[in-house]
Amino acid sequence: MPKPRLLNRDEDSLPLERELLVRMHDLMVKARVLEERLIQMYKQGHGYFWIGGPGEEAFNVPLGLLMKKGQGPAYDYLHAHYRQSATMMALGEEPIGALRQMKNVAADPYSGGRNFAGHFSKREWNIAPVSSPIEVQYVMAPGTALAQKRHGGDGITIVTGGDAGTAEGDFASCLVWSSRPGNELPLLIIVTNNKWGISTPAAGQHGETHVADRGKAFNIRTKTIDGNDPINAYLELKEAMEYVRKERKPFLMEALVSRLYGHSSASGANFVGNEQDCLAAFEERLEKQGILTRKEMDELRNRYTEDMAAMARQVREEPLPAPETIWNHIFAERK
Amino acid sequence: MANMAQAVRMALHYAEENLGVTDIFGEDVGAPLGGVFTATQGLKTAWNSPLDERGIIGMAIGLAMAGSKPVAEIQFADYIYNTIDLLKIAGNTCWATHGDWNLPMVVKTPVGSGIRGSIYHSHSFDATATHIPGWKIVIPSNPLDAYGLMISACQEINPVMYLEPKALLRIKGEERIPGEPEDDKLLSKMIDAPLGDRTQWKPQWPQLEAYAVPIGKGKVVRAGAQVTVVSYGRTLPLCKKAADDLANEGVDAEVIDMRTLWPYDWELIKGSVEKTGRVLYVNEDTEVTNFGEHLVRRTVEELFYKLMAPPRLLAGKFVPGIGLADTLEMASVPQQGDITSAIRSLASEQP
Repeated sequence: MPKPRLLNRDEDSLPLERELLVRMHDLMVKARVLEERLIQMYKQGHGYFWIGGPGEEAFNVPLGLLMKKGQGPAYDYLHAHYRQSATMMALGEEPIGALRQMKNVAADPYSGGRNFAGHFSKREWNIAPVSSPIEVQYVMAPGTALAQKRHGGDGITIVTGGDAGTAEGDFASCLVWSSRPGNELPLLIIVTNNKWGISTPAAGQHGETHVADRGKAFNIRTKTIDGNDPINAYLELKEAMEYVRKERKPFLMEALVSRLYGHSSASGANFVGNEQDCLAAFEERLEKQGILTRKEMDELRNRYTEDMAAMARQVREEPLPAPETIWNHIFAERK
Repeated sequence: MANMAQAVRMALHYAEENLGVTDIFGEDVGAPLGGVFTATQGLKTAWNSPLDERGIIGMAIGLAMAGSKPVAEIQFADYIYNTIDLLKIAGNTCWATHGDWNLPMVVKTPVGSGIRGSIYHSHSFDATATHIPGWKIVIPSNPLDAYGLMISACQEINPVMYLEPKALLRIKGEERIPGEPEDDKLLSKMIDAPLGDRTQWKPQWPQLEAYAVPIGKGKVVRAGAQVTVVSYGRTLPLCKKAADDLANEGVDAEVIDMRTLWPYDWELIKGSVEKTGRVLYVNEDTEVTNFGEHLVRRTVEELFYKLMAPPRLLAGKFVPGIGLADTLEMASVPQQGDITSAIRSLASEQP
């Protein structure tokens, strides 16, 4: 891979408030422990399939923290993909929902036991339903962005997906529809690049130097960033979101991230040792800068681990959806 | 009387004025053309999209998510096939989210043969559309129904597929649309864009009235006692004419226009078949895995002991496309003579 254009930030300084750093760390740990619990549930037979985002917390937590949360076009829309539990945690979601979805119990808040783990959906917060077909979210995002442009205000649409999926035409559609002259849309287009498509390395499939470069042909502002550094990700996302909010124009951001447990349970869901661990790297810095001690961080992780183990036990006892509920919600009804 | 294209246009005008329709869009849907069949001329919310069917359906889904009310057009049904997975997602969104999200969106697309459209402008979409749960699917066979079904589609809170039989788009109706002027020429002058420079043109819309054909309700277009003929779209008027012609031979056929393919009016069909004991389903989609096959199956399962003859399906030939030559098109999809023969044959069949 060519060397990414990383921001040359001083590794020894932490240009964010202590409180924010601690909060980001807390959420990263929470999301990591959640994903590890989900993997364990899958391996114990308490779920059929796992897919998630351990390794992307450094990018996904800041994204959630920076979103304008609410319902309707005045607030931000997120067309997410299935590696964004950390974004959901940062938005304030409780982890038990993800566990319920893994166990596909009736109380699964995202799909009522109908969909895979990591397939979030929450209308109350403008979280569009995550779908298994990759990249389709890129072709829907211009729709919410157009409604927001018309609505006024500073609400934006954020769409995320992986690098492998940018081979799909829907990614090109997103670039075309968001940059029509005179009709540019307030759309933050994000590609989290983990350099893999299941078992296929991007290096042999993608000729472009950076995925973000594709935006240049459409006069879209672009940037490739280090998504494994939460401070960098926070600052870059903040700047990009401010641009989209104010200018009402698209921005294409490529974030280089890791894929710590492979693609999904389909590829084993085992820890991949040669990927950079954003959480471990962040903890090292926090400790070095005296923000948190190793003991505090270990205690935090242990507490979340125990909490989520208890939640998993609870969820195991919860009922599955009743068979006759397959007929529910085929059509919406006026209330 | 208005033709179907004018009826659709008037319904969309009514919908953007009264039903909250915010966007009518697709390839060449906005000015200057107003749609290749002129069904969107002069509409204030009509706009031209990039030439990208997946983009069109995706845009409609996103707009619907954000509280807008889109009517998206795919210029020919032949080109909707590369959006199938998006249609599937639109159809399953409410179910997959356990009722959290609903998508109030309309997708309209011209279907079927009859304009010598060759291989890529003649396809039907009813079998495929009815295979995607979560959509309501309507198909008018006359201008008044086209108006009323579009009004209903725009009032829906679920995705609606509005199939326009392109062979009927230029056919005038026999019933007036509520609010339509009595003089056809006057109507044309008011709402049809002039040839040439249209930059200064604005339509003068008649004072249209709310008229909704409820989704899910079929209609008996000709009462009869001996044979039931169930059809929709382009073949419906052919069935009606065949039934009228056969009355002279003493064959008394009842003709039902389904108008909605999903959810469909089974009670209407069932009541008629129980009365006549004979049923012919007619459409022009390819006959293998045809929507009519579902209707035949249901007829056999639920009405077997009421039947005097096996239920029949008359549909398009299972060939890869419709050839351009007149002879090829005519041989590929049911024509007037085919339908008349099929009804006559069914009426005379003895157990």
